Amino acid sequence: MTTEYLLQIDNVSKEYSGNRVLKGVTINIKPGEVHGLVGENGAGKSTLMNILFGMSVIHDTGGYEGNIIIDGNIVNPKTPKESMELGIGMVHQEFMLIPGFSVTENIKLNREVTKDNLFSRILGPKMKTLDFKKMGKDGREALDKLGMSIDEWMPVAGLPVGYMQFVEIAREIDKENLKLLVFDEPTAVLAESEADRFLKIVRKLADLGIAILFISHRLDEIIEITDNITVLRDGEVVSNLATKDADVHKIAELMVGRKLEQTIIKKTRDEREKEDYILELEDLYVDMPGEKVKALNLKVHRGEILGIGGLGGQGKIGVANGIMGLYPTTGKILKNGIPLPLNQPKKALDSGLAFVTEDRRGVGLLLDDSIEHNIAISALQIKNKFLKKLANINMMNEKEIRQHALEMIKELDIRCTGPKQLTRRLSGGNQQKVCIARALTLDPDIVLVSEPTRGIDVGAKKIVLDLLVKLNKELGMTVIITSSELAELRSVSDRIAIVFEGKLEGVLAPDASDVDFGLMMAGEYGKEEVS
Amino acid sequence: MDSNAVLQKIKDRNQSFGEWAFKLIVPIVFIGLCGIGYHFSELPFIFVLNEVIIRLARNSFLVISLIIPVIAGMGLNFGIVLGAMAGQIALIFIANYSLEGLGGLLIAVLVSTPVAIVFGYLVGLVLNKAKGKEMITSMILGFFANGLYQLVFLLFAGTIIPFKKEGLLLSTGVGLRNSVDLAGVRYALDDIYKYRPDAFPMLTIPVVTLLVVALLCVTLTFFTKTKLGQEMRAVGQNMHIAQVAGINVDRTRIMAVIISTVLAAWGQIIFLQNIGTLNTYGSHEQVGLFAVASLLIGGASVSKATYKQALLGTFLFHMLFIISPMAGQNIMNDSQIGEFFRVFVAYGVIGLALLLHAWQSKGKKQSLKSS
Repeated sequence: MTTEYLLQIDNVSKEYSGNRVLKGVTINIKPGEVHGLVGENGAGKSTLMNILFGMSVIHDTGGYEGNIIIDGNIVNPKTPKESMELGIGMVHQEFMLIPGFSVTENIKLNREVTKDNLFSRILGPKMKTLDFKKMGKDGREALDKLGMSIDEWMPVAGLPVGYMQFVEIAREIDKENLKLLVFDEPTAVLAESEADRFLKIVRKLADLGIAILFISHRLDEIIEITDNITVLRDGEVVSNLATKDADVHKIAELMVGRKLEQTIIKKTRDEREKEDYILELEDLYVDMPGEKVKALNLKVHRGEILGIGGLGGQGKIGVANGIMGLYPTTGKILKNGIPLPLNQPKKALDSGLAFVTEDRRGVGLLLDDSIEHNIAISALQIKNKFLKKLANINMMNEKEIRQHALEMIKELDIRCTGPKQLTRRLSGGNQQKVCIARALTLDPDIVLVSEPTRGIDVGAKKIVLDLLVKLNKELGMTVIITSSELAELRSVSDRIAIVFEGKLEGVLAPDASDVDFGLMMAGEYGKEEVS
Repeated sequence: MDSNAVLQKIKDRNQSFGEWAFKLIVPIVFIGLCGIGYHFSELPFIFVLNEVIIRLARNSFLVISLIIPVIAGMGLNFGIVLGAMAGQIALIFIANYSLEGLGGLLIAVLVSTPVAIVFGYLVGLVLNKAKGKEMITSMILGFFANGLYQLVFLLFAGTIIPFKKEGLLLSTGVGLRNSVDLAGVRYALDDIYKYRPDAFPMLTIPVVTLLVVALLCVTLTFFTKTKLGQEMRAVGQNMHIAQVAGINVDRTRIMAVIISTVLAAWGQIIFLQNIGTLNTYGSHEQVGLFAVASLLIGGASVSKATYKQALLGTFLFHMLFIISPMAGQNIMNDSQIGEFFRVFVAYGVIGLALLLHAWQSKGKKQSLKSS
């Protein structure tokens, strides 16, 4: 038993100020095994990883119970450095790359190749000079192993997202003693083709004898790549099964703990008035780094759900950001036939557009403010809602805000301790719901939603998508969803526009064949723009 | 039009305006100001050059001491005031024991170092508690330390701390005099070798002092290529990532402040050996402000500074010092006007540079977000 497993997480429990987030979790991983870890947001995956990685957030809050055992020895790492020395590597969900450093410097971060000099002999190893030549060579080697051709001295800032992911992996495999590699939602930010390539590499790494712990929300991926799967729910291991005995439905069921209905909602497509366009984009250019839009033409029907799809980096994300004026934009945007001023987010909001950003934690939420304020803030600014006059001075009407927030929390099923909770403490899915609640508070006629389900678990995904459909059906809101997940778009949209190289490649019905979608995303549909 | 061309145009418009011009605008404006001021001051060129060289030798060290905390992402360390105090404490020490000449100066350097390390460590501890607000914190720390400094030298000197040398204390026997004569170490460094070119009889160049500054620049360049330097750059760019990579962020930041404080202590000693008298309660007060202004005028920002910027900035700032009274006299018939202008400029440039930085970092954040 002592040598069979590389990593044993033995009966680990963790409490955050009285709130038990992990209850006796036990996971065993053999060398060369790809082990999937799935669970809804808030199931305790991140906490478990933090424990494994010796993050200070664990030890500042009273440590944990149970043991981390590597090669039969109880190790219980207390700092990231210790766990690195034990051979645990991690590829993070948010990139842990320093933008101003080159690829090599990032690969070698804090493991720089150094050589002695006069000062280091006197003042200690910290004063050793960096051996850039050797570092470059090592970096090159690691990149070659992954089949990456990029220059090892390129700065990381400005690299496409997919490349950054590979740089992260390169950094981990450059560690000589690497035994266990943890992937935290590695494909969440990758487009499908990149993800395929990525999965191949993961397999290759496992064949080298490295144990891999793979955390993902994409269940088909988990099924495809892992040998064994552990399912966490509410901090407990609910199941530990071999992948060959599992399928997507079974895992989803275990994770959520309730029967999942088929997410595909069959749409009855009523014939709309063809000429009633609520939003028209003409010759739109958006300079959003990594997601450039070049001469895009698109018309949006009133009251429809329009999906915008395409591969990563082709510009689909740029469309909504451009409409809202968040990145430098030229061209023409007509709303109800009236030109919308460009590059002015306030004007866009004023005219009845609302935006749920793809960057939830970055620009979507005031993370250190309460749920209720997050919900109210846009409407407060734009619509002068929730205001009361006190001696002719505008004051926030806290009571009204509270009431509204409570309604929203109930309506959208935001799981929280109350409207006063800070949004930072919410899980990804619930943060997304707060974002949507805020957009709704603006009473918009068009909601632009970017990547609504990125980094959210299956259960929450369904709730978010159902919600968007409900808004469309019941309130007649026009919804424009941008998403990397085609299946998701096809399940809710009336029409799907595919963006390729910043241009509209074509518009398809959701029940069009996979082949058509595939061709369009690859830019080989051949047909001219249909709109 | 080609779609890429249009995109490029949008991009160019933003970049040429946003980055390129802002980067150089400050030094360009000051070069212009210096040119105009020089013209109106009607001072002989050699005189101005001589003065600037003296001041460059005297002040550069202090200015360069600011660079390392900038690299470590802690902004401009107004806390070098504490370093200056450490230097002054050492100078008072050698004045008390009547240590003279170059030997005395070296002893002052030796005495100041441990004091500065302790001060730097304490400042570092405080700044680690105030991440993201280092500049204002270090500035207030400077004021606070000034209070303690006064307490020690006004009240403890002569009562708790015995003083040997006559004439250092006030006539009551308690408290240090307003000024301490540093005649013993005056020009100790400058006078080792002074180059006087025959062609320009008014010009004297303190070669050794300038060499010390040059040595510091070389060391600094070397330092950024060391393991510790790389760690500081990493911490400066993103503390969280550095932490995850196993770098001890707090320790690295403290190291940065300690190095800065020690350099400032030495810098203040070099500064005062040239001045020749120590204004006990005043010499350190403006150190932080003037050093920061010099660095910013050279085109540095809160997040990026090099020794070249430090030297250029010191040159321009002190050039303005020299010419502005005369320029004021000649233009407005009042030398005070020039003086007012100079003070206005010193504070103004700090404000401007901070504003520009806020502007730039806003732009930067936007471009990073999408990457």
